[in-house]
Amino acid sequence: MPKLHWEDFQPGTVAIYGPRLVTREEIVAFAAEFDPQPMHLDEAAASATMLGGLGASGWHTCCLLMRMIADGFVLDSSSMGAPGFDEVRWLKPLRPGTNIRIRVTVLECRPSSSRPEMGLVKFRYEVLDEAESCLTVMTSTSMFGRRQPETRA
Amino acid sequence: MSFFEDIRVGDVFEVGHHTFTADNIKAFAARFDPQLFHVDETSAERSHFGALCASGWHTAVVWMRLMIDCRRHMDEEALARGESVAGIGPALGFRELKWLKPVYVGDTIEYKSEVVELRPSKSRPKVGLMSFRTVGVNQNGEPVISFVSTTFVERRAP
Repeated sequence: MPKLHWEDFQPGTVAIYGPRLVTREEIVAFAAEFDPQPMHLDEAAASATMLGGLGASGWHTCCLLMRMIADGFVLDSSSMGAPGFDEVRWLKPLRPGTNIRIRVTVLECRPSSSRPEMGLVKFRYEVLDEAESCLTVMTSTSMFGRRQPETRA
Repeated sequence: MSFFEDIRVGDVFEVGHHTFTADNIKAFAARFDPQLFHVDETSAERSHFGALCASGWHTAVVWMRLMIDCRRHMDEEALARGESVAGIGPALGFRELKWLKPVYVGDTIEYKSEVVELRPSKSRPKVGLMSFRTVGVNQNGEPVISFVSTTFVERRAP
């Protein structure tokens, strides 16, 4: 039985997960496989780009966030996945050697209109560096199973 | 990549296709999205998905890789014709990412990206902003992923 169900999320709740050290090796390995652009692969080439130095693929940041929230709470929940992300903004580069944390804010909870066994939770996710500067901000709605499908008011 | 001035709204990139195998679905999910319906067949069969399916992030990053390869190929052709090519990136982000249907083992997803908006950058005169809508469609013609992403593209020198 998972610990968290839809009923356990309340708007305004904030949780922080991490820190998680992001190494140069994993930035380059992810980029080599999925996003082989010079700004994610090679310091010298990256310094000539608008990124101004080696930085992680934005998609890598999304995948790291997914893993951190999976370990943080999703795997211990009745998660039924997410239908998508409303918005993802890559505000600042994620540099090698950064210890990132994820700040998760519950924005909204509502029942599913079509599926009584399911509810929806809208989250804001912020990827923070050590100085609490926000590198990436994302908003998304996830689906969770309900503990009591029929009885919640 | 074409320069910002040479791109038109409606231009389409035929990005390419990818077939998702059980091994690569599970390998990706084990690293980044180890929810049971992405890593274990038996659990996936019991879930609302009904069978093992790819992490939505996996479906997205496969597009990124194909797009890079597609652009590289276009650049090589342009250079062979004696043309110069524009720099592209970094991207600013994306919006309206929708995972419309699960991607199951054996599904082949065909990706296309269509330019939907072009505007100059107010603060950076050397680049413009290009937004495009990407759609991935499975072998049955059903869209499985859709999103609009925005990236910087180099302008021709004035």
